[in-house]
Amino acid sequence: MIKYLFALIVGMAVGAVVFLGLLYFNPFMAQQRLSPITVTDNDVVKLGYSAAVQDMLIYTNDGESRIDPHPAKVLQLWEAPIRKTRALATVLTDSRGQAAGIGIKFSSDSESTNILNGQAIVDSVWHIYMPERGSLFVAQSENLWSYFREIVIPAYWSSADSWRGIWRGDVTAGPGALGTASVAGGSGEFAGLRSEGVEALSAKAYSVELGPVAVDGELSIEIPRAELEASSDP
Amino acid sequence: MLCGLSQIGSEEYDRNANLTKLLNMFKTFIAGILLGIVAAAAGLYYVPVVDQSREQSLVVVQPNQGNTETFYANVPMDRILIGAPSQQTPLPPGLQWPDDEEFANLRVELFKIRNTKDVVVGVASRMAANDDIPGDVIEWVLHLPARGSIYVSMQPEPQEGGNRVGTLQSGTREFDLMRGAISERWVADTTESVDAPAGRIELITALVAQREEL
Repeated sequence: MIKYLFALIVGMAVGAVVFLGLLYFNPFMAQQRLSPITVTDNDVVKLGYSAAVQDMLIYTNDGESRIDPHPAKVLQLWEAPIRKTRALATVLTDSRGQAAGIGIKFSSDSESTNILNGQAIVDSVWHIYMPERGSLFVAQSENLWSYFREIVIPAYWSSADSWRGIWRGDVTAGPGALGTASVAGGSGEFAGLRSEGVEALSAKAYSVELGPVAVDGELSIEIPRAELEASSDP
Repeated sequence: MLCGLSQIGSEEYDRNANLTKLLNMFKTFIAGILLGIVAAAAGLYYVPVVDQSREQSLVVVQPNQGNTETFYANVPMDRILIGAPSQQTPLPPGLQWPDDEEFANLRVELFKIRNTKDVVVGVASRMAANDDIPGDVIEWVLHLPARGSIYVSMQPEPQEGGNRVGTLQSGTREFDLMRGAISERWVADTTESVDAPAGRIELITALVAQREEL
C-alpha cells in the first residue's frame, strides 16, 4: 500500500513539474509584438533610462527582495500595504542621451497576475517632469513574463548566476486596447494631453546578485498633432 | 515429477503476481502524473499569486459635498527623498542629485502616505517646479497599491488658511472614473512630544465618480 502511495506522490510531483515545464517552454506565450506607437504618424517623445539600480537616483523596495535598495540608507517600503511596491527616481534622457527630465516610477505587483496565461503583471505609474516642457503621468500594466522567462530565470539556472545576451521587448500590456499605457499631461506643452505610450526594456546583462546590470528602459509617448497645435506657442 | 511441476507453476504464479503489482504501481504513477498536472493547474488558477494587503478605505460622506478621504505624510519620518539642488543634507544619505542647470528650479519629494488611522497605505511623489514655460507647477501622484493611483495638479498659490487646492487630472483602477478636487495643507505638530514629527502634510481628496455611458 505504501508503495502505491509513494508512486502516486512521485507521479504527482512529476506531473506538477511537467505542467510547469509546459508553461515555461510554451512558445505561444512569447509576447513579442509590434507596438502601435512605432507605426504612428504622430510625434513620439522618447525618454530613456538605465534600469540598473546603481544608475538610478534612488531605488527602494521592502528591503528583503532580490535587489538591494539604493542608496543603502534609503527608507524601505516594509509596511504590509506597500511591501509589494517599488519606487524609483531616475534621470530620463532624450534620444541624444542628454538629460531631459526626472522620472518617478511606482510599481506594484498586480493581483491580475495569471501565470496560466503567461501574465506576470505589474501595475506602474510614471510621474515625469521635463524642464521647460512640462509634466506627464503615465499609467500602465506591465507584463514581465517574457522578461522573467528569458532573462531572470535563465540567470538563476546559469552556473555563473548571471545572464548575458541581447533581449528587447515591450513590457506595457495595458490598459489601452492595443497594449498601450495611458498618458495624461499636467502642465506646459503637455497640459490637457490625453495620449498613449509604451515602455520597452533592452537587456544585455542580468545578475542574480545585483539585478539588472546592463538593462535600459525606454518610454515612447505619442503626442497627437492636434494636441501640439492646440497647446500655447511658447 | 508432480512436485517439480507444482514448483514451476508456483514460480510462474509469483512472477505474474509481481508483474501485476509492478503494472499497478506504474498505473498509479501515471495517475499521479495526471493528478499532479490537474493539481498544479488548479493551484495556479485558484490560489492568487499576488495578494495585496488592504487597509479599510476611510471615506467620509460629507453633507452635500460628496466623499472625502484624508491622507497624511509625517515629516520627516515618512519622507523618502528630497531631490533639490544644493541640498545640504541629502535625503536619503548618499543621494547624488544631478546638478544640471535645467533641474535648478525643480524640487522632487517622495513620501509614504498614511490614512487617518496612521497606517501606511501607499507612496506619493510631489514635484514643484518654476520654469519659464510651464510656469509654477506643483503636482502630486498618489499610488495606493491595492486601489490605484491619482495624478493631481495643484494651484500654485495657496488659499487663505494655507491650504492649496488642485484638481484630479487622471486616475487608475479604482480612481479611473473619478473627478474632483484635492487639497494639501501643512499641519505643524503641537504636541511637543520628543517622538512627534515636526508636522504632517495633509491631503484631502474630494472625489465623485463620473457617470459611465453604457
